[in-house]
Amino acid sequence: MTDLLTPVLTDNWDAERSWTLASYESLGGYGALRKALADLTPDAVIEAVKDSGLRGRGGAGFPTGMKWGFIPQDNPNPKYLVVNADESEPGTCKDIPLMMASPHTLIEGVILSSYAIRANTAFIYVRGEVLHVVRRLQAAVQEAYAAGHLGSDIHGSGYNLDLVIHAGAGAYICGEETALLDSLEGRRGQPRLRPPFPAVAGLYASPTVINNVESIASVPSIIDHGAAWFASMGTEKSKGYGIFSLSGHVKRPGQYEAPLGITLRQLIDLAGGMRDGHELKFWTPGGSSTPLLTAEHLDVPLDFEGVAAVGSMLGTRALQLFDETTCVVRAVLRWTEFYKHESCGKCTPCREGTWWLVQILAALEQGQGSEADLDLLLDQCDNILGRSFCALGDGATSPISSSIQFFRDEYLAHLTHGGCPFDPAAATVFATAGATA
Amino acid sequence: MPLPATALAELATIAARYPQARSGLLPMLHLVQASEGRITPEGIEACAEILGISAAEVSGVATFYTMYKRKPVGDYHVGVCTNTLCAVMGGDVIFERLKDHLDVGNDETTADGKITLEHVECNAACDYAPVMMVNWEFMDNMTPQSATQLVDDLREGNEVRSTRGPKICTWREAERVLAGFNDGLADEGPAAGPASLVGLEIARERGWTAPESGRRTAELAPPSSPEAAAEEADTSRAESETKVDESPADTKHVDNPAKGDEAK
Ligand SMILES: Cc1cc2nc3c(=O)[nH]c(=O)nc-3n(C[C@H](O)[C@H](O)[C@H](O)COP(=O)(O)O)c2cc1C
Ligand code: SF4
Ligand code: FES
Repeated sequence: MTDLLTPVLTDNWDAERSWTLASYESLGGYGALRKALADLTPDAVIEAVKDSGLRGRGGAGFPTGMKWGFIPQDNPNPKYLVVNADESEPGTCKDIPLMMASPHTLIEGVILSSYAIRANTAFIYVRGEVLHVVRRLQAAVQEAYAAGHLGSDIHGSGYNLDLVIHAGAGAYICGEETALLDSLEGRRGQPRLRPPFPAVAGLYASPTVINNVESIASVPSIIDHGAAWFASMGTEKSKGYGIFSLSGHVKRPGQYEAPLGITLRQLIDLAGGMRDGHELKFWTPGGSSTPLLTAEHLDVPLDFEGVAAVGSMLGTRALQLFDETTCVVRAVLRWTEFYKHESCGKCTPCREGTWWLVQILAALEQGQGSEADLDLLLDQCDNILGRSFCALGDGATSPISSSIQFFRDEYLAHLTHGGCPFDPAAATVFATAGATA
Repeated sequence: MPLPATALAELATIAARYPQARSGLLPMLHLVQASEGRITPEGIEACAEILGISAAEVSGVATFYTMYKRKPVGDYHVGVCTNTLCAVMGGDVIFERLKDHLDVGNDETTADGKITLEHVECNAACDYAPVMMVNWEFMDNMTPQSATQLVDDLREGNEVRSTRGPKICTWREAERVLAGFNDGLADEGPAAGPASLVGLEIARERGWTAPESGRRTAELAPPSSPEAAAEEADTSRAESETKVDESPADTKHVDNPAKGDEAK
């Protein structure tokens, strides 16, 4: 039996000066790199990642080893690895603490992954709004060069790799992988038409692998302990461990690293329960772009298949928990305003559609409009979902359609009440502390 | 005003970090803000000239990203997260309180030029809600009271530290780091805040590990009681401290993190 929590990526976060090379190496860090450079061919690294069953941790769950296998090695252009460290999906807060506490875990993963796909240049595209994380990454890269983990002829292997830390400038859409590439080329961050996929024509139209921070950071452990070790955790089709981020009205919000397939009931239990005297009302399994779930879904296995089976998505395991003091209409309106603000404007369904969604939701929240507006909202969602150029537009519809499915009456209560029937002060953290707002 | 020669030279250094120079544009615009306090027409021209593209192209990029500012920013950019999770947990109340307290609206700067207030989107710190950012440093678990105290301290020039980072620098100094010029402060602040560690602490207490985890945890026998676990965790921490002390911990940080890239 695997333990309920399985710290691997988080295991060294409580070590003294865990962000330094000295600390990381004292706990075995860069051992996987030495092993791979000495004993494994690039293809053997790809095989190990394929065999582990690792699926992308950035939301979509695409098998990582398979993605690497798509890189055409006969293509004469340079190959690139780009790490997606844009972490901006509302609720998602795992990559940032990882890079703050242990940037070398990511960097070791970058070197192993670049070696596997035969890239000699790699980038970490980190959102700009996290200054201290940028500092830690910069310093760690510096240390890695000085130690000979980066640069030319790494540990006498003949393999060369340069790694650039690149800070973004504030745009959620740049987390979408093709928009990220345009942004990294110094352009407005707007998604590209696919195909061609980045594996064939990515950065500078060259073969490019883009992976999430946590995906890449998982690679050293797979090389260290073996694919079978990794696959011994998790469920049949969702292997391994992942960081689950609990936030909101729970006693101990924070990061919990567990095998995929743990349930929200188990996680809330570990977190000491919901705050006193309150109960779970709705939650997001993987960020605001994944349809809301309710207390009905506490026992759903949090793996790719389990969450999909109840009509949502595992996404980034960003578990935002709201209790009964929270107005779902207010919550959904705020997310919708976010999507409207972040829509890149490239395609009409999303650019215009998110604007209209906000208009109607804002009116409903004020108690204006009629029941027919709910159907209008659903109809608009229908016209955005599947018709948008990228998944941002699709994601914008998730909170709306799922909240109407589960909380139709609450929307109607705004109409009969002539406004929001909730007291927003009751939902704040200071409400429990007895302070006044 | 044209940019100082040092800034122009640094813009060129940034472009040289990349296989294709234009990739440097985002960090270059960060550097323009560090030098000029905002994106100026001269800054746009300078980037365009170095990259051999039109000023209109640079401008198109500068207007796309929310961190680039056309109007001068105060010494301290104060962000309040009002995305749903933080808003519900108290971010909305905090933002209203600060607008009142500072007598400014969203994206406005106080008359003394010290503080620019803005509501920001989810900053990947939801487990510390309600969250504020000062010059993009984390200020976790805020209340209306601690928020007003924070801005008062900033205005009065009192020392303010990030809950997960160093003493707050100025906005322009922060922009310089984002341009890729490390300020040597990486070793300030904790490895992780308390919320980042909750799951790990529970695992330590209960002796839970990944199967045959080969690194540190493997050396620990499964503890019989939470106290034993705590003791063992302490020992292992002490051991790792010792190791850290013995190794050359303070590797020098030079200004340019992409040094190796330049050297090739
Ligand atoms: C609007 C939008 C935002 C995204 N933001 C992120 C992000 O911040 N980080 C991330 O890793 N993936 C993000 N993704 C997913 C990426 O497009 C891509 O699937 C992922 O980086 C692939 O890495 P993985 O296979 O390792 O998960 C986003 C997707 C969309 C549509
Ligand atoms: S769906 Fe939205 S974000 Fe995506 S391309 Fe269209 S407008 Fe841009
Ligand atoms: S919602 Fe505020 S940090 Fe995520």
